[in-house]
This record gives sequence, C-alpha cells and structure tokens, in this order.
Amino acid sequence: MSDNKDHSTGGEQQPREEGGAPGRVVGTPSPAAERRLLPEGDTAAPEGAGEELDEQAAKRAERVVASLFVLAFAASVAFIAYYIGWSGRDGGMHGIERARESNLWLGGTMTLAFLAMAVGITIWVRRLMTSQPVVQERHELRADDATRESFAKTFLEGAQESGITKRPLLRRTLLLAAAPLGLAPLVLLRDLGPLPEKRLRHTYWGEAVRRAKAQGKKGVRLVVDGTNKPLKVSDFATPGGMITVVPEGIEEHSEHPLNEIAKAVTILINVPPDKMSPRMRARGWDVNGIVAYSKICTHVGCPAALYEQTTHHILCPCHQSTFDATDAAKVVFGPAARPLPQLPLAEEDGYLVATGDFPEPIGPSFWERG
Amino acid sequence: MSQTAPAAPKAVEGSLNFLDDRLGSTNFFKRNARKAFPDHWSFMLGEIALYSFVILLLTGTFLTLWFKPSMHEVIYEGSYTKLNGVKMSEAYASALHISFDVRGGLLMRQIHHWAAVLFMAAIMAHMLRVFFTGAYRKPRELNWLIGIVLFTLGMVEGLFGYSLPDDLLSGTGLRITQGVLEAVPLVGTYGYMFLFGGEFPEGNHGDLIPRLFTLHVLLIPGVILALVTAHMMIMWHQKHTAMPSRNQSEKQVYGYPFYPVFMAKTGAFFMFTFGVTALLSTVTQINPIWLYGPYDPGAISAGSQPDFYMGVLEGALRIMPNWEITAWGHTLSLNVLIPATLPLGIVFGGAAAWPFLERWVTGDNRSHHVVERPRNAPVRTGVGVAAVTFYGLLWLAGANDVLADKFHVELFKTTWFFRVAIFAGPILAYIVTKRICLGLQRRDAAVIDHGVESGIIVMSPEGKFSERHVPVREEEKAVILSKENAKPEAPAVDGSGIPAPGTKGPMGFLRSRLNRGWTLDDIPVEDRGHHGEHHEVEEGERAGAEQKELSR
Repeated sequence: MSDNKDHSTGGEQQPREEGGAPGRVVGTPSPAAERRLLPEGDTAAPEGAGEELDEQAAKRAERVVASLFVLAFAASVAFIAYYIGWSGRDGGMHGIERARESNLWLGGTMTLAFLAMAVGITIWVRRLMTSQPVVQERHELRADDATRESFAKTFLEGAQESGITKRPLLRRTLLLAAAPLGLAPLVLLRDLGPLPEKRLRHTYWGEAVRRAKAQGKKGVRLVVDGTNKPLKVSDFATPGGMITVVPEGIEEHSEHPLNEIAKAVTILINVPPDKMSPRMRARGWDVNGIVAYSKICTHVGCPAALYEQTTHHILCPCHQSTFDATDAAKVVFGPAARPLPQLPLAEEDGYLVATGDFPEPIGPSFWERG
Repeated sequence: MSQTAPAAPKAVEGSLNFLDDRLGSTNFFKRNARKAFPDHWSFMLGEIALYSFVILLLTGTFLTLWFKPSMHEVIYEGSYTKLNGVKMSEAYASALHISFDVRGGLLMRQIHHWAAVLFMAAIMAHMLRVFFTGAYRKPRELNWLIGIVLFTLGMVEGLFGYSLPDDLLSGTGLRITQGVLEAVPLVGTYGYMFLFGGEFPEGNHGDLIPRLFTLHVLLIPGVILALVTAHMMIMWHQKHTAMPSRNQSEKQVYGYPFYPVFMAKTGAFFMFTFGVTALLSTVTQINPIWLYGPYDPGAISAGSQPDFYMGVLEGALRIMPNWEITAWGHTLSLNVLIPATLPLGIVFGGAAAWPFLERWVTGDNRSHHVVERPRNAPVRTGVGVAAVTFYGLLWLAGANDVLADKFHVELFKTTWFFRVAIFAGPILAYIVTKRICLGLQRRDAAVIDHGVESGIIVMSPEGKFSERHVPVREEEKAVILSKENAKPEAPAVDGSGIPAPGTKGPMGFLRSRLNRGWTLDDIPVEDRGHHGEHHEVEEGERAGAEQKELSR
C-alpha cells in the first residue's frame, strides 16, 4: 500500500514553535492529525489510479490474479469432473448420504470458482487498472420552460385534432364502453372457488353422528388420528393424557378427507373430574373427566397441540393462545378471543363416541360467524 | 488514457459497427461508457439485492424442471427411505426427489432459499441506507416508491415460495394465511374460498399449490423484474447519489468510469454474491423439508417460525390482545385484523409518504444529489431509528417462545414485555437518536471552530499550559461542512399582519409547526475562519451559549 504519501499528515509537518519543546509529550495522545475523524469517501479507488504503475508490483499483482483465475478454472473443471465422473456411480445419487456428498463437492467447487474469480477481478481492478476518476456534470433533469410550453401546446393540439375535447359524446361513450370491460376480468374470477355458504359452520362430526344414529347407535366412535383405531374409555383412563382423534370413517366416506380432517381434528384430554369447573360439569359432555375440544385454534387456525398436565392448559405453539382444559377451554392468555369448541362425548359399548357436532363453528373467527 | 489509441480489434469493431448501422448504438455507448460512478461501500447493498434476484431466477428455473406443483396424493417410495410408505402430495414428493435424486438439486434448493433470504435482507439494508442519508429526496422519490413495492412483493413471493414444497412448516404458514384471510370483514370467507378453491387445504380440486406456483414463478417475478428494470434505468438516468466529500457537488459527480472500472467491480461483486450463497448452501442447511414431513392438518412442530422477513407479522399476531367484536350477527376479529395490517401499514405507508411529507414540511423543493449525513437531519434519523425499533421489536416478538426458552423467562412475561416495548421502544429510540445526532453536530461544530487536538502542550509566558489545536484536514472539513444549517423560516405573520405563504389555515399552521420541529435545535456548523490556538475565553462563552440553548 503506497497511498499514504498523498495524504499530508499535518502534525508532523507543522513547523515547530521556535525554540519550543519537541512535539510530543509522553503520555499524551498521538498527534491527532494522524487520526482520521471520518472515513474518506473515495478510498475504494483503483490503486493505480492516476499513477504510473510500479511495473514490478504490477507484475506481482498480475501473477496473483492469474493464479486466482487458474484456481477458478480448476474448480469449475473439478465441478464438471465430479458431476460426470463420480456423482453418478452405483446407479446415480440416491438418498441422504450421497446427496450430502454431492452437495459438498458441487457446492464447494462452485463456491471456489466464484470466489476465486471475484477476488481475482477485485485485485485486478485495485492493483492494475489505470483509470482515473472522472468528473461529470449533473444535468438538470427538468426540461426548460420553453420546451414544457411547447409540449403543452403540442398536447392540446393533438387533443383538438382528435376531436376528443370537441365531442363530449364520444368521450363519454368511450368511458362507458371501457368501464364494464375493466370489470369483466373480475367476473371471470368467480369460479376460483365455491361460495362459503355454511361450509365453515359444521364439521364431519355432524355427518358421522347422523350416520351412526341412523344405524341406531348413540354416536360415532372416536378413532386415533394416524392409526384409525377406535378408542375405548379404558384405553384412556389415566388422567393427564392427551391424544388427537377424528371421527370414524372420515377417510373412507368423505369426498375430501384432508379438508374434513383439517376441520374435524379434535384433542382428547383426561382431566381429573374434581378439577372441572361447575360450568363444564353442568354441560355433562365428558366421560369420567375425558373431554374433547377442537384442535384448531380459534385465533388463526394452528393446531393447539401442547398440553400441560400440571396446569391443565392447552397451548397453541404458533401464537401461544392458552386455554384452560378444566373450564371449557376458556382463553387464559394470548391472542385468541374464543374458547376451543367442545365436542359432546358419551360411552357406548366401552368405546368413546361423539353424540353431536361441535355446537359452534370451529377455528378462526370470520365475518359471518356472529 | 493513452494518447495514441491503437485500433480496436476487428471482432470488436465489426460487431460494434454492425449494431451501430442498425441501432445507432455507438452514440449511446459513447455517452455512457465512461459514466462516472461514485464510490461508497453502502452503495453495494442494492447490488446485493439485484444479484441475489438474478441468482433466484437462475436457481428457480432449475427447480421448476423437476418440481411438480400438484396436491395429488401419492404414497412415497423413494430414496429418502424414512418416509417410504407415507402419504404425501406430489409437490412434497417432487421436492424430496429434487433433494435426494437430482444431482445438485439440494444445492440449488438451498441456494434458492439462501438467495431469497439474502434478497430480502439486502433490500432492507439498502432501504435503510437510502432513508438515513436522505437519498430518496427529490428527484428520487419514484425510485423510493418502486423500492417499497419491490420489498412488499418480495415478502409475498417468499411466502408463496416456501409454501410450495407442501411440508409441515409450509402448510402451517398457509393455515395462518387462511386464518388471517377469514378475519377480513365482509369478504374474508370469500377470499379464503377463492384462494384455496374450496376449503383448506385442498379445496375441491387441489388448486392451491398450482395457483401459488404460477404466481410464484411467473406473475410476481415478472412484475419484480419489470420494476427492477425500471429502478435501474431511473438510477442510470438520474445518476447515482454521492456521499458528501470534497470532490462531490450538486452540479458534478465524481467517480470512476463505468467502463472498465465499475463494470469489473460490479461483475466481481456478482460473483461474490453467488459465491457466498453457494458457500452458505454448501456448509449450512436451510429449510430441511424432509425433517418436517408432509403436511398434516392435525400436526405441528413447536418453534414453528416463518422466514425472517415474515417474522414481523408473526410477532404482531403474537402480542396482540384478544380483542374481538361481535354485534348484529357479525364478528370483527381485531385480534387478527390489526396485527395483520396495522404494523406493516405504518412502516410501508409511512415510508411511502415520507419523502412527500418531508418536502412539505421543510419546503425544500430543490433536487439533491449529494446525500445528507444522518446526524445532519436529526428528526429524520430519529424517526428512522424509531421505525427500525418498532419493526425489530415485532420481529423479536415473533420468536418470543425461543427467547423465553433460551433466556429462561416465563413465556407470558415476554409477551407482556413486547406489548409495552412496542410503544415505549420507538419513542425512546427517537429521543436517544436525536440527542446523539445533536451531540455529533456539536462535535462537528467544535472541530471546525477549534480544530482537533494535536497532542502538543504549549506553555505560555505566564506559565499556563494548554494543548494546541490544529485545523482539521481539508477532506474531513469538506465532509463536516456539507451540513446545511437551518435557516429560520419567515415569521408566520409579517410586519403588516399578512401571513407568510404556506402558513395559512390549519394545514399551514401545522406545517409551520412541524417545520420548526424539524430545525428546532439545529447546531450551526460553519467555518468562521479562526482555528488553531485554543482560546479559553471563547470556549467558556461557547459553553455558556450551549447551556442557554439547552435550558430553553
């Protein structure tokens, strides 16, 4: 770096006071003029700017840049060589080990190629380019007044020639013609989806209970989400447990199982009966302390999947809405405004069954919910 | 520049002439090849955004060659054996295929994701640079507005992008999108049904992912590309702003010529950007969708976090109290509606309106090409830091569960902390920032008035010791003196009782009050031509004056 020579360092070059003591006193800060108070605006300039290059230094820099370019070349060749020659061995890349290996080799060589080239060019610019800074005028962007006036005239002339100013009937009917044409694309979007109707008001539990009741049963069995095994009361007798359930037959009988599950998914919790609030006991929708709530958070619909045994709190991991499982899922904390809807449960032949749909719409609130 | 220009090689001359005969392009090249580009490190932030966008286009195109935007359910049998026999959508299965069977596929996926994160981060940093230096001022308001639109589009593009693989995390993001849509008054449920083509997640025909795909790979990138082009052309035409220095002025731009210096540097910078995203993708894992598993509406993983640029919405949703209004058979979910619209509305709307607001308040209708140092516009800098604080707090609140876990704080307490801090933080940040700016202005004034400490102790004939000050270097002086001192506005009512222009009516009153606020405690920094020796008396006077000013 040879750029210090043109920054005059005032402190050292100041003439000394005649007969005065030498400049520095031990223990005082170093001459301040050497300290830069501000970063200079244009130090990122090419090193050789405006100077004759020192030919020897330039040769050195040239060699460094050239070696970096050769390195980049080698890296790219290695990339291609690895891809063609090695990555496809034993029937190609399959599975996690080989994916990891290929990621390392392809990514590593690619990184090297790009960075070596980037560093090379940077050194080239800074050490070898002899361009000098240039000064250019910043022109006023606006046109002068005469041009503006003349264009305003041109514009009005054109408008007059077209007759649009003279013939308001044309102007108005043209606007009339254009307006519905602008609306047409919006109408075209109507078939993007069905109207909401009452879809958000009920879940598959309702339909499943109806079907079960038609067969003379008390309600529909609860099956474990994932395994689809019906749940016995005795299977879920220990207090403190939590499990996710869906109505029996949801996968087989519904048209869009995933959509139905997304609404009907329910958590089953075993709370100690003596902990239940009088309100809940009065409802009588539990089976010996086993209660069922919608798993879809009433805030924005994440699955409220966490249950804390000691406090009997249900927590939604997305935005931390917290519900009290012993008090009809009343909101204890967080952004949710409504309790999780409760599903009426009963026991039939030792199995847990639901005897009706959720009494209110599940999930996030919406305008028509009321 | 050499005196005897050697003849250009035939191949170059030939093709230049070919183009020129047909397009007259040599005139353009002649005018622009040596265009001066001012230098400053902060000018590279926008370039990072530009180049990560190019990387996104390249890697994204690669991914589309294998990705199947389909919600059709398949049973996976593939090389990621842990998920064999699991039901999933074709989209998720094809994303697994890209990761584990297409050579370089995982790398491209990771580069794509890293570049997206970098794109948004670079835009943010670039916008902060532009804001804090006042580079958005006339004549560059249009480019500022384009930038805000680009940032917004980038958020939507990112959300749709990470929703495409249909893994558990992306499905959770879509579920939240659905919940937020439903909260929109009057048309919310219609918007929900129309976006998903029915009910969450599959609709009636599995339309969601194909729709998001088209928006993500065609419509939004097309608009972004068009706006980026406009952004660059406007920048080229208006010439880049410059940092204040001895060499820059409103009339002239000083810098290195586009050809060859800037061209080479920016080319190298593209490779740096690509190299760094490639390095990140080689050594760090991002969005490992195979670990999340396919989307299952009943499942969720704890610590579900969106990409960082959506964190501010997430945070706002988390700290909002549970307000909801139900009346006349309708429900208004303020607990969702407010956090989804208000914070970003304030930040983006405020940013969009700011250049016009500032011009109105300051009455400054001139064009500015040399930017302002942040300290020299304390109100702007204060408001900017307040906005950053506001955004940053919401962003942190989006990870309050992680904070609670890492710092062993009770979860609900973190929520309450953010509920308070979101109001107190920005105000505090404004006050502190403004004071710091004024302090720096005072220091600048002192440097110009007295020079800088030289470390030389001088003894006077009376035996008094004092430190000699030396004048500040010229280039530093030029930077410090780039400050434009506040000029007092004309009094609201002149001698004959006639109100000054722009002060009439309530709006005029407001404007003149705001104008006074803008320049209220400005510290004049000017070269009064005396420096060097340290004058005790003068120093005392000055300190007294400052004291008076503070007590006012």
